[in-house]
Amino acid sequence: MKQFITFIKKEFAHVLRDRKTLLILFGMPVVQILIFGFALTNEVQNARIIVMDHSNDAATKQIVAKIGASQYFDVEKTVIKGKQMEAAFKKGKIKLAVIFPANFNTDLLHQNHAQVQVIADASDPNTATTLTNYISTILQDYLSDINQVANVPYRITPQIRMMYNPQLKGAPNFVPGVMALVLMLVCVMMTAVSIVKEKETGTMEILLVSPFKPLLVIVSKAIPYLLLSLINVASILALSVFVLDLPVKGSILLLFAESTLFIITCLTLGIFISVKTNSQQVAMLISLMGMLLPTILFSGFMFPIENMPIPLQVFSNVIPAKWFYIIVKTIMIKGLGFSAIWKESLILSGITLFLLIVSLKSFKIRLT
Amino acid sequence: MRTIKFLLQKEFRQIFRNKSILAMVIFMPVVQLLILPLAANYEVKNINISVIDNDHSSCSQKLISKVTASGYFTLTGYNYSFKQAFQLIEKDEADLVLEIPQGFERNLVRENEQQLFIAVNAINGTKANLGGAYLASIIRDYNSDIRLDLIEAGRFNRQPTATIVSSNWFNPLLNYKLFMVPGILAILVTMIGGFLTALNIVKEKEVGTIEQINVTPIKKHHFILGKLIPFWILGNVVFTLGLLVAWLIYGIVPLGSVLLLYGFISVYLLAVLGFGLLVSTFCDTQQQAMFIMFFFMMVFILMGGLFTSIDSMPEWAKVFTMFNPVSYLIEVMRMIMLKGSGMKDILKQLGTIALFAIVLNSWAILNYKKTS
Repeated sequence: MKQFITFIKKEFAHVLRDRKTLLILFGMPVVQILIFGFALTNEVQNARIIVMDHSNDAATKQIVAKIGASQYFDVEKTVIKGKQMEAAFKKGKIKLAVIFPANFNTDLLHQNHAQVQVIADASDPNTATTLTNYISTILQDYLSDINQVANVPYRITPQIRMMYNPQLKGAPNFVPGVMALVLMLVCVMMTAVSIVKEKETGTMEILLVSPFKPLLVIVSKAIPYLLLSLINVASILALSVFVLDLPVKGSILLLFAESTLFIITCLTLGIFISVKTNSQQVAMLISLMGMLLPTILFSGFMFPIENMPIPLQVFSNVIPAKWFYIIVKTIMIKGLGFSAIWKESLILSGITLFLLIVSLKSFKIRLT
Repeated sequence: MRTIKFLLQKEFRQIFRNKSILAMVIFMPVVQLLILPLAANYEVKNINISVIDNDHSSCSQKLISKVTASGYFTLTGYNYSFKQAFQLIEKDEADLVLEIPQGFERNLVRENEQQLFIAVNAINGTKANLGGAYLASIIRDYNSDIRLDLIEAGRFNRQPTATIVSSNWFNPLLNYKLFMVPGILAILVTMIGGFLTALNIVKEKEVGTIEQINVTPIKKHHFILGKLIPFWILGNVVFTLGLLVAWLIYGIVPLGSVLLLYGFISVYLLAVLGFGLLVSTFCDTQQQAMFIMFFFMMVFILMGGLFTSIDSMPEWAKVFTMFNPVSYLIEVMRMIMLKGSGMKDILKQLGTIALFAIVLNSWAILNYKKTS
């Protein structure tokens, strides 16, 4: 036991000595929460558009004023030729063009029907659809203004209630996601690299010939990162409660217990990578290139998993971050207890056990 | 010149010696490019809906079949109480609950007005918003169907209507992959270039071979160039592979000039490699270098406009993205590949990136000290 504590002390000394890494380790979650909380939004705002009004009558002026007044658009009113418009699209200067034909108002009032042309830059499909929808809503608004037919018979009005997140904020979605992402990367990368580093510099041999059990060498490597990660969990939660106003609805104790489980899963994944590789660069490339994008994509916090092709949906099940993301969401946002997440916890434990057994089987204490 | 030649020989030998890294550098981007665009899909389909029908009338049946026939919704539950349905939301088995109140049909006909209750699981704001909007528009549709059934139609439409004729340029089918593939390729090239250079110099420091180079008459800029050129070539190889995958698998052929694309990538790689070198001159261990690179990459990627539009960011964030090389690459890739933009259109971005390349590389050369 005394040996073990001495070893943990050694590992802590390794970790604490490297100030630059430490700074990044603690700074990363903070910066991520701030970026996701304040810089990124899926809403489309201030899109630059041009309005070409060939009619320039009372109706179009009112519609254009309505468009200009909405926060979604940054309107420029010009009349340019088709070539110039294409050039503006190609330069990325505008996202959308609204074109009113000549005699818009006359058509509208005399023939009861008028058309508006909308051209969108669909190289970004979602923005294009959203902007076209906004324009169409504004137009409908104007029409109902002039129609003023109040009494529509047989009216069904849907009453929509947004559960858990009435203001449709981003935070309830990404805070659990960021937690999964940061823990996954920190734990996997740090353990994998620090073990392989001992192999690469040759100090692993020294450890292996010592009377200390090889298994405990590995365990003592993992413990400092477990503690560091728990501090990260605490800081993410503190930020989300105090900066983003997103309280933890369920039990904090349960949240920490589940986080510990997930951290252990990640640590074993790190150990698994380190057992299989021999150079730091390979270990880093695997844990970074191999983990970063898949974790972002398959945990489900950026893109809904249900939309993916079936093989990828199946694949997403082996990504531990997915399960942890569900767990955090359930505890933090929905405020449910362990009975709602026992299945996910069981899966995480299973993955951990599997990785642990495979790593132990292939862990070599002899030099080849 | 001769010195650089020998340095290059050394670097290439080191790169080719480590087969596992080489394989990873080549295959990982290809595999990721194959999988990720399939996964990164914002289109919202297959929304799970649970229905509580308290009315059991022909009207409510029609409404339910209209909802399920729309193709956006999958009926996952048919419950008798809201409590039951809410449990489905808690278990993530339903995203939406539609409750049809008792006497729906009767009230609609007699009182001309009736409400429907919809509860949406709004943890994911985007999805909730879209799902709610889809359902609302289906109900609107249903409502006008009912009106047609119940009222005799007038002879002609007296209300003025205006329709929008919309066309989607550059991507008429609104294919989301067209949007993602160039962006993801940009990220992969950046990651490969940036990480490998950063790690490379630091590895020499860690193993101690940098001492040996420092005592030779090799000039600072020779050394930096010797590190830069191999990874520049490697970056171009990865980029070429990526273009091939985009063409063969996704059928995306750059609309603009391929030459221009390579021209931009060449300058861009210089900037990213310069950044990697700069980071490496500040670090002593590979672990440090990797973490610092990782930190910057993460910020660059998230703020680069791959997933969310830069235009929607607040002002301070927009100012920040001006210093983010990745955002320029993603923008230019999309412009050239999807819109066929020419040299004239990307001049500003090209100039900025060239400036980045010069500043970062000179800084790296200045900061690299031969004496410790």
